[in-house]
Amino acid sequence: MIRFTHTSKRYASGYDALQNVSFHMPPGQMAFLTGHSGAGKSTLLKLIALLERSSRGQVFINGQNLAKIPRRRIPYFRRNIGIIFQDHQLLFDRTVYDNVALPLIIAGQPQREIGKRVRAALDKVGLLGKEKLYPITLSGGEQQRVGIARAVVNKPPLLLADEPTGNLDPELSRDIMHLFEEFSQVGVTVLIASHDLALIHTLPYRVLTLRQGQLINDTDPSD
Amino acid sequence: MATKSRVSSRDNNIRQGPVTALRIYLLRHLQVFFYSLGVLSRSPFATLMTAAVIGIALALPTGLHVVLKNAQQLSGGWDGGAQISLFLKRAVEDDEANRLAKQIQKLPEVAGVNYISRREALQEFQRLSGFGDALQALKDNPLPSVLVIRPTAAASTPAGTEALLQRLNDYPAVDLAQLDMQWVKRLYVIMELVRRGVVVLAILLALAVLLVVGNTIRLAIQNRRAEIVVMKLIGGTDGFIRRPFLYTGFWYGLFGGLIAWLLVSLSLSILGEPVERLAGLYQSRFALSGLDFAATGMLLAASIILGLAGSWLAVGRHLRDIEPT
Repeated sequence: MIRFTHTSKRYASGYDALQNVSFHMPPGQMAFLTGHSGAGKSTLLKLIALLERSSRGQVFINGQNLAKIPRRRIPYFRRNIGIIFQDHQLLFDRTVYDNVALPLIIAGQPQREIGKRVRAALDKVGLLGKEKLYPITLSGGEQQRVGIARAVVNKPPLLLADEPTGNLDPELSRDIMHLFEEFSQVGVTVLIASHDLALIHTLPYRVLTLRQGQLINDTDPSD
Repeated sequence: MATKSRVSSRDNNIRQGPVTALRIYLLRHLQVFFYSLGVLSRSPFATLMTAAVIGIALALPTGLHVVLKNAQQLSGGWDGGAQISLFLKRAVEDDEANRLAKQIQKLPEVAGVNYISRREALQEFQRLSGFGDALQALKDNPLPSVLVIRPTAAASTPAGTEALLQRLNDYPAVDLAQLDMQWVKRLYVIMELVRRGVVVLAILLALAVLLVVGNTIRLAIQNRRAEIVVMKLIGGTDGFIRRPFLYTGFWYGLFGGLIAWLLVSLSLSILGEPVERLAGLYQSRFALSGLDFAATGMLLAASIILGLAGSWLAVGRHLRDIEPT
C-alpha cells in the first residue's frame, strides 16, 4: 500500500528532512512511525499525502507513483487517504455533524448517504448523539475522535495519523489506539506517527524509527 | 484513473449515474449559493457598506446615462431634416415676399416654403417666449419676415443644403439665409462628447467596483484560511473551495446593483417634478423617463458580472498561496 524507494526530501532551505528512506507497508498493516522531533516523521507523512513532493527517490501509494500525479489531481488522490492531526483541524464554526460530513460533501455524495455514513462514523468513535454540538464544547479527546470520524467517514483504504494522542492522557490515548486497531482489522492500512514510546511498545505492531531523516530501525513483532 | 478506481474499489462508494451526479452537483451549488448569502447576512453592516460602495460607484454612470437618454429624447424631434430660414429685408412687403415664395417653390431642390410675415412672427414670438409684456413696450415690430424652406430629401445632404443656401442668399430681397441645422449639429457633437465621457467614467468606476469586490473577497479568504487548509487536506478541489467566494462576489454584485438602481430611481423621482414644471414653462410635455426594464436588467447584469469577476480575480490570486503545511 505504501512503498518508499530511496526517498529523500530536501527543503528549499537546504535542510535534509529525509535521506534515502526505503520501506514497504502491505495493505491492511498497522505501523507506528517514531523518532524525536525533527527526525522526519511529519515530512514522511506529508510525502504520502502529497503535501510535499520528494526530492529524490519515489513514493508509491497503492501502486501509484506520486511523482506522476499532477497538481490538479491531488484533491482526488487525497480523498483516498484519511488524515488525523494532532491539532484536529476541525472547523469551529460548524457542528460536529457538518465537520464529519465535509469529505462526503466534497466527494459529491447524495444527502441520504451522507446522513447514514456520518452517523455510522460517529457511532464508531462513540460520539453518536453529539452531532449537533460545536467542536469547541467538546473535550480534547472528543475533538480528536471527531477528527478520526471525519478521516474515516469516506472509508479510505489508508489512514495517516500525526501524533493523534499528543495532547491526551494515557487512558484516552489507549482508547484512540484501540480505534485504529479496529480500522486495521477491517483492512485499512494505518500509519501512526507518534513519540509515545511507552504506549507503542505495549502494542504488537510494526515500528519504523527515524533519526535525522534516516530510517534506523524497522521492527515487526509479527515476523 | 485505473489506479484510483482500484483504490476505491474496496470502499463501498455507491454507484452514481450521471443524472444523480448532476443533481447532487446542482444541489451543492444551490446550497453554497444560499450558504454564502447566510455568511454575508451574519455581518449585515459590513456587507451593506461594501454593497453601498459598489452601488454608489455604479449609480453615477447609470444616472448620467439616464440624463443623456433624456436629453437625446428631448432633442430627438429636431433632426427631421434641415430647414433653411430666409430672413427678408425689412423693406420687403407681403406681396413681394409671396411672389418670392412662389418663385422659390419652383426650385427642384425645394419641397415646401412657408411664409411667416412680420406680424405672424411677432405673434408667435409673444406666444412662445413669455416676453409678451416687454414686447408691448416696443413701438415697432423688430422682427423680420421669414421664408421657412424645407429642402427635398435628395437635397438634404450637407453639400446639397449648402449649395441651396448659397443660391438663396443671392436673392436681392434676402437679408440672411440661415441653415437651422447648425446648432442641432453642435448639440449632437456635444452629446456625443458627453456620451463618451460617460463611457470612460463607467469603465473607470467598473474598475473601482472590481477592486472593491476583489479586496473584500481577499479579506474573506484570509479570514477563512484555516477552513481552506482543511478543505484542501481532505480533498477539496480548487473549484469546490472557490465556489463560496464566487457566490459571495455574486451577492455583492447583486446587492450593489440593487442599491445603484435604488439611488438612481430615488434621484429621478426627486428631479421628476421640477423637471416637469420646467418643461411646462417651455410649453413642453416632456417628462423624465427613468430606468426601463432593459436598462435595469443591464445594470444588474453588469453589476453581477463585476462582482463575479472581482471575486474570481481575488480567488485566483490568493487561493493558490494557501497550502496546507
